[in-house]
This record gives sequence, structure tokens and C-alpha cells, in this order.
Amino acid sequence: MIGLLSTGGAYAAFGATATADETTAVSQSTLDEGEKLFAANCATCHGAALEGTEAGPSLHGVGAASVDFQVGTGRMPMAFDGAQAERKPVQFTDEQVKALAAYVASISPGPAIPDEEYLQGDTDAANGAELFRINCAMCHNVAGAGGALTEGKFAPPLGGVAPEHIYEAMVTGPQNMPVFNDMNLSPADKADIISYLTYVDDNSSPGGFELGSLGPVAEGLFIWIFGLGAVIAITVWLTAKAN
Amino acid sequence: MSTSTVTPQTRGSRFTAAAANYLDERTSISGAVKELGRKIFPDHWSFMLGEVALYSFVVILLSGTFLTFFFDPSMTEVYYDGEYMPLSGIHMSVAYHSSLDLSFEVRGGLLMRQVHHWAALLFVASIGLHMLRVFFTGAFRKPREINWVIGFVLFVLAMAEGFTGYSLPDDLLSGNGLRIIDGMLKGLPVVGVWISYFLFGGEFPGVEVIPRLYVLHIMLLPAILIVTLALHMVLLIVNKHTQFAGPGRTNENVVGVPILPHFAAKAGGFFFLVFGVIMLIATFFTINPIWNYGPYDPSPVSAGTQPDWYIGFADGALRLAPPNWDVHVFGYTLPFGILVPMIALVGLLVVVAIYPFLEAWITGDKREHHIADRPRNAPTRTAIGAAGVTFYAVMWAAASSDIMATHFMLTMEGVIHTLQALLFVGPVIAYIVTKRICLGLQKKDREIALHGFESGRIVRMPGGAYIEVHEQLDEYERWRLVSYTDYAPLMIRPNAKGRITATQRARAALSRWFFEDRIVPPTKGEIEHAKEHGHH
Repeated sequence: MIGLLSTGGAYAAFGATATADETTAVSQSTLDEGEKLFAANCATCHGAALEGTEAGPSLHGVGAASVDFQVGTGRMPMAFDGAQAERKPVQFTDEQVKALAAYVASISPGPAIPDEEYLQGDTDAANGAELFRINCAMCHNVAGAGGALTEGKFAPPLGGVAPEHIYEAMVTGPQNMPVFNDMNLSPADKADIISYLTYVDDNSSPGGFELGSLGPVAEGLFIWIFGLGAVIAITVWLTAKAN
Repeated sequence: MSTSTVTPQTRGSRFTAAAANYLDERTSISGAVKELGRKIFPDHWSFMLGEVALYSFVVILLSGTFLTFFFDPSMTEVYYDGEYMPLSGIHMSVAYHSSLDLSFEVRGGLLMRQVHHWAALLFVASIGLHMLRVFFTGAFRKPREINWVIGFVLFVLAMAEGFTGYSLPDDLLSGNGLRIIDGMLKGLPVVGVWISYFLFGGEFPGVEVIPRLYVLHIMLLPAILIVTLALHMVLLIVNKHTQFAGPGRTNENVVGVPILPHFAAKAGGFFFLVFGVIMLIATFFTINPIWNYGPYDPSPVSAGTQPDWYIGFADGALRLAPPNWDVHVFGYTLPFGILVPMIALVGLLVVVAIYPFLEAWITGDKREHHIADRPRNAPTRTAIGAAGVTFYAVMWAAASSDIMATHFMLTMEGVIHTLQALLFVGPVIAYIVTKRICLGLQKKDREIALHGFESGRIVRMPGGAYIEVHEQLDEYERWRLVSYTDYAPLMIRPNAKGRITATQRARAALSRWFFEDRIVPPTKGEIEHAKEHGHH
């Protein structure tokens, strides 16, 4: 067990370049808590040894980032078996999520939770925006408003998503998302994308209310319902007979 | 005007009279003022929708002129050095750069852009609603068929203006829109590629198309639009307005308010109200946030890419066509997935344009009509209109199939397949339901005209029976209910040679379809008769 832990820990430490400097040792008590949480909440579908069952996939090779993303955004544990797991209120405290992540990473190393330096949202947002348009916008929409995929699957809206979850999603490719590994988008590129999304989150549209950033559909509905509605109300008022 | 009455003259009125006389002696304008000033406008709200279109067009002209001072359609490539941080240093065209500068660096520029764009949406929407009003009241019938066609041309021009306009900023969304048009053009057999290369000056996207669209958008199309609009107005004055039937309102007169002085004041106020509504919307609501979209680059396409609403039906038609409709003949590909939607779109527009002539031919009605039909009194036409609206609406909805899928938690495939079925079933259902509703309403009107309406007052008769007292309508109300023309299907008649042609048969069959189900309005005799027996 200890041998497994040390090799796993070392693999996790070297596995992801983004966290190469992160050498914080995970205490045994954290791992124990993680194991208990896993057995109580995850093992039914993912198997007691992370080997997977008919109800859920194996977790071999997922690492801490994936656990932190899936559990930290409330997608896991899943509420029901749908087209894809939905974001919902988080079921665990932050420590519990980290403990689960550490436990899973200890047995099944993979991409680690990203380093803080990439999550500040203060790098080159212009580069991030361009990378976002090229790599992300076809599913998530240019303004991160989300979009539809096939068979009821969807790319969720990105407003209000925590930077570490955005980073983790890119390195682990949850649900139907492809993996953007460090060869594809370097950690600095990922940080730029996070900066762009942070900018969009922090700055409201200079033109006024955004109407959900849904583009011409929302604009068209708005003009028909409220624009034309207001104008028709005026025509009725102008032609009303005095009683 | 030179026709002043004898009143004690103040200095002000003496000046007005002198000035008016000076003008009239040099321009003979009094004739025109007399003619125009007495143009009558009926006072029903639905008659003002065309005015809304006119006023939004004025707003578009004013704001558009402002935009031309700052917009530069050049496709020269530059690096962004303006205020908007998430684009700084990004490679883009001058057209996109100047649109961004217009939004962020010109005082009031963003407001004017938003005014221009919102007003354009309102312009086309009000034209659409105005057309529906004219259609459903039968106001396109003789002598107004030509003006219907002119109005239709205005509608198409407005869509063309819209499309060329929102393509100008050279942002990602508009570039994707142009790419779709390019694809549609290239889908045309034989001529498609030639037309595409002609329009784009080479392979898509090239550097020619934005300046060309700019010339179309600010010069050619507005000029044609204004001339057509003027013609529309002239014919409106020549033909006069229609009006709803009522006591004293006949096919031979128009009852309403003359343009001068009352209506002109009201219309002037109305212009500012429409202007105000557009300004308020443009102040508070973002439209076309080009800074989000980024410069055009043929590789990325954003999720949720849609055209402005009035082009939506075309986008939807393309989305509804099933995949794998390509047919390969002699080494050529016929992309029916594009050709069939295009044929459907053009077909729909052609039917809209020539509908007055179709209906006139079917009904054989050559009389002049100045009384607007209540939609229920022309059940077949109203039903055809409802079917057409449904057909259009399904295509329109299909353009937002992905947004419906995400926002109503549906599958894309489910939405598309449902809409594909609705495209064919929907109009049929709409036709049948609308026709039945119209006939039902007519029946109800007839009943009320003859027997009055239920008062809810129950009276016990001396014999013990209970009856409900029916209140009679007053004459004004009844007039509204009973005055409509009753049509009968055309009879098949032999022509001069004594033969019955196939055309005759077709026409008679169509006429039967049009007028077979009808509710005859109560005659004067029936009403009098009902009145005598109505006093319980």
C-alpha cells in the first residue's frame, strides 16, 4: 500500500507539468477520509477498486483534476442517468472534495489539480479570446453562453465557472469534451483562456443588458415581443376613442 | 394657404397669409396641400403598422448616416490597438477595426449602432405585421393589388438591406452568414460557382465582398427602397385607405380623420414615440455585440450562430433539409439538401407576391373593394393565411433549433424531427382549425344579430316555464356583424365556343373550395322577422 502510494504520488507529481512544482505531501488521514467518502458515495457505480461497473466507468488514470472537476461542480454523484451529468449544488465540502481527489489520485494517478499561478485570470485575455474562438466557441459559443450537441448532450454555459474547474475540464475532457493536453494548449494558453472568460464574467456588456448573450435569436424575440408590443400598445392608445 | 376666411387679422396671421401666398404664387403648392391635406385616415390601430415601418425607416436613415461618417469598409489588414482589451493586438480588417472604434471610441457611436440595428429589426417586423394585417383584411383586393406587390418588393428590399448591413462589420458571426449564402449560391447547378466568384471577386471570402456590400447597403438598395416607398405612398393616396364596415362607412367613402391638421399632429407625435421606443431599447439592450464575436476567420464557427430574425426562415429551411440528399449525375453533384430549401423559400415568396391575383382569379371577383374584411368573414383566405404563417413560423423556429434544445432540455434530433413533421402537418392543422374557428365565429355573429345576446336574466313565465331574456344589439353593433359580402362558388359556364375548358373546371373547383363552406349573413327580412318574434 505504501509502495503504491509513493509511486502513485510521485507519478502524480511528475505526470502533469502544470503541477510539477507542487510537492505538498498528502497526509494519510486525508487519504483515509477520501477512501471512506469514495466507498460511501462512488464505489457503487465506479467499483470499490475504481475498476468500474456496468453502471459507471472505470476511474483508472483519471487523477485528481477529474475528481475535483466532477465532484467540485456537483456533477458527481450523478442524480440520474441522463444524456450527460448536470451541474448541480455541490454535495461535499471543499476538504471532502480534495480528500476524494487525493484518494483517487493516490490509486489512479492522472492530471493533477492545477497550480494557482494559472488561475489568476490576469494574463493575456486577447490571446485567450482568440484561442477560445478557435478551440472552444464551436460548442460553448463565442461568449461562453453554451450550445447544443447531439442526442441531448450539450456544452454548458461557462459564466460563473471557477477558474480551476475550467482548467481541469480542459486537461481531463469531461463528458463529451475533448482533452486539450499541454501539447495542444500550453498551461500558459489555458491561463489566457481563463483570463478571457474571467474578463467576460467581470465585465458586463458595454451595450446594455446582454439578453443571455444568445445573439440574434434573443434579439429577434425581444423586438417582436417587447419592441413591437410597445409600439402596438401605443397605436391602440393613439386610436382609442375618448369615452 | 391663400384661402383665408375673413377674421380680424393679427400681425402673425397676416405674416402667415403673406408667406403662404408668396409660396403658392411661385409653386402652386396649394393644390397639392389641398389634395394631400384632405387624405383621410381611418382610426383603427391596425392601420398604423405601416406607419411604424415608415418611422423606423426614418430612424434607420438618420442613424445610418451617422454610422457612415465613421465606418470604413476597407479590407486592409491591421492589428487592433483600440480600447477593447480582449482584442488588443489581434489581426483584423479595417472594416472590423472601424466598427470597434465606432462602438468604443466615437462618442455616442455604440448607441447609434444599436439604434440602427434595433430599428432595422423593428422595421422588418412592422412590415411583416403590416403585410399580415393587409392580407387578413383582404385589403390587397382590387384596386390595391399593385400596391401589395410594391409592398412585397419593399419587404424583400428590407431583408436585403438587413443582410448587407449586418455583414459589414466583418465579424465572425457575419462572416459565417456570408459563408452560408456563398454555400447556397454554390449549390445552384451550373451557374452557382460563377455567381459566387462574381460576387466575392474570387474564392470566398476574398477582400472584395465587404466594400461591395457597403455600396449596395448605403447607396443602391436605399435608393431603390426610397423610390419604391414613394410609389407605395402615392398609390396609397390614389387608392385611399380601406376601412372596416360600420354605419355610414361604405364601399364608396372613407370615414376618418383628415391628414391636416389633426392627423398630421398625431402622426408627428407617433413618429417621436416610435423613435423613443427604439432609443430606449437601444440604450438598455445590447444588440450584435461584435466585440464578442471577434474578427472574421473562416475556420471558427460559434455555437448558436443564427442570422437576424428576418433571415431566420432561410436558415431554418436549410436546417430542416435531411442530410444525404446529394445526387451524382455525370460527374456533377446536385445538392438537393440546399436546392429543395431554396425552391421552398422562393416558392413561398412568389406565392405571397402573387396571392392577390390568384385569389381574384379563383373568386372571379372584379369589383373594387374598399371595405376591409373581418378575417372571420373570409374563412378560406384566413385559413390559407394561417397555414402560410405556420409554414413560415416552423422554418423560422428551426433556425433556433439548437437554442430550443439547450434551453428546453431537448435533444437536437428531437427538435429537428418534430419541426420537419410540423412543416407539413402544421399548415394543414392550422388551415382546418382556423377555417372552423372562422365559421364558428360567423355562426355566432349571425345568431347574435338575429336573436341578440344572452343577458343572464332568467324569467319565470306564468305557466311555470323559464326563459332567458335575450338583449337586442343596437343598430351600430348589428351593422358591424351583418355587413359583409356573401360569395357563392362560380358556376362552370361554357365559353364562347360552347365548350367547357379544363381551366374553367379547375377554376370552378377552386372556387368551390374557397366558398363552399360559408355562413350567409342574415338578410334584412330575417332581422325584422327575428325582431318581431324576439320580444318575449
